Amino acid sequence: MARLNVNPTRMEMSRLKQLLKTATRGHKLLKDKLDELMKQFLNIVRENKRLREEAEAALENAYKDFIIARAVLSESVLGESLMIPQQSVAVKVTKKNIMSVNVPVFDFQAEESSGDIYPYGLAFSSGELDSAMLSFSNAMEPLLRLAESEKTAQLLAQEIERTRRRVNALENVMIPNYQETIKYITMKLEENERAGTTRLMKVKDMVLKKALEEKKKREDKGENIS
Amino acid sequence: MSKVGIIGDKDSILGFLALGIDIFPAYNAEEVKKAIHKLAEKDYAIIYITEQASLMAKESIAKYKDFELPAIIVIPGVGGSMGLGMNEVRESAKRAIGADILFSE
Repeated sequence: MARLNVNPTRMEMSRLKQLLKTATRGHKLLKDKLDELMKQFLNIVRENKRLREEAEAALENAYKDFIIARAVLSESVLGESLMIPQQSVAVKVTKKNIMSVNVPVFDFQAEESSGDIYPYGLAFSSGELDSAMLSFSNAMEPLLRLAESEKTAQLLAQEIERTRRRVNALENVMIPNYQETIKYITMKLEENERAGTTRLMKVKDMVLKKALEEKKKREDKGENIS
Repeated sequence: MSKVGIIGDKDSILGFLALGIDIFPAYNAEEVKKAIHKLAEKDYAIIYITEQASLMAKESIAKYKDFELPAIIVIPGVGGSMGLGMNEVRESAKRAIGADILFSE
């Protein structure tokens, strides 16, 4: 791991120690978040799968009925029958918060102007069309819930991917980098200290030697005088 | 109040008209992409798209995947399911977990 490019000073080291502490804490928190997200996601994606199967089955039914209706009725009659819908679908979108991920919640509201779902008079259309319309209307509910669940799964998947990337970056890059740098600074500082001590010892030796020599000289002079 | 739209070939989507869903017939890549972007800009919360049409505009669909709205949902067309819709579910599972554990059985 590459160490950071910093000056080996005590100031820098205490700053890095603080950063390391923050990073470790962040890493732990993010990891917990990831675990919980994953737990939620597994439930949601299972639900998603189930809903999709349900919706696709309902839709297949509706298509089947509709094909029969098409076969029985002529293109123009069919088009005319469906042209003006009796109800209009509007969804109310509210937000739900799952582990700080905003996901939409769809509230399905069919605004019907009259009680039934058939947008045409019964005189010129056939019974097949009626049953097709009924199956379509039955498929609506699962389709809507599918939309909600699938979007939730997609958004959660995105968030999980992002969180995991962050956790990995902290775990494999940032934290080792900080540790390496702190170690480097510690070693450098110790080295400086040792260098200082040896220098002192050396100086002390030199001073002592000088003092001894001077003493010896003085003693020699004294001997000569006497 | 948001609306619901559906994009695809006319045979598949005509039935939804009676339910009050707005239908947008599209037959080639250009039309599908245009329709998706148009609906996403407008107040559509849910856009259903048939599997056949979704094949022609993969990037456009992927683009909206990370946004909160609209939800673009792939549904089978009148020709039956090609499993593309389920594939979407599988993709998001793969993206989150890193492995295809849900559907391995």
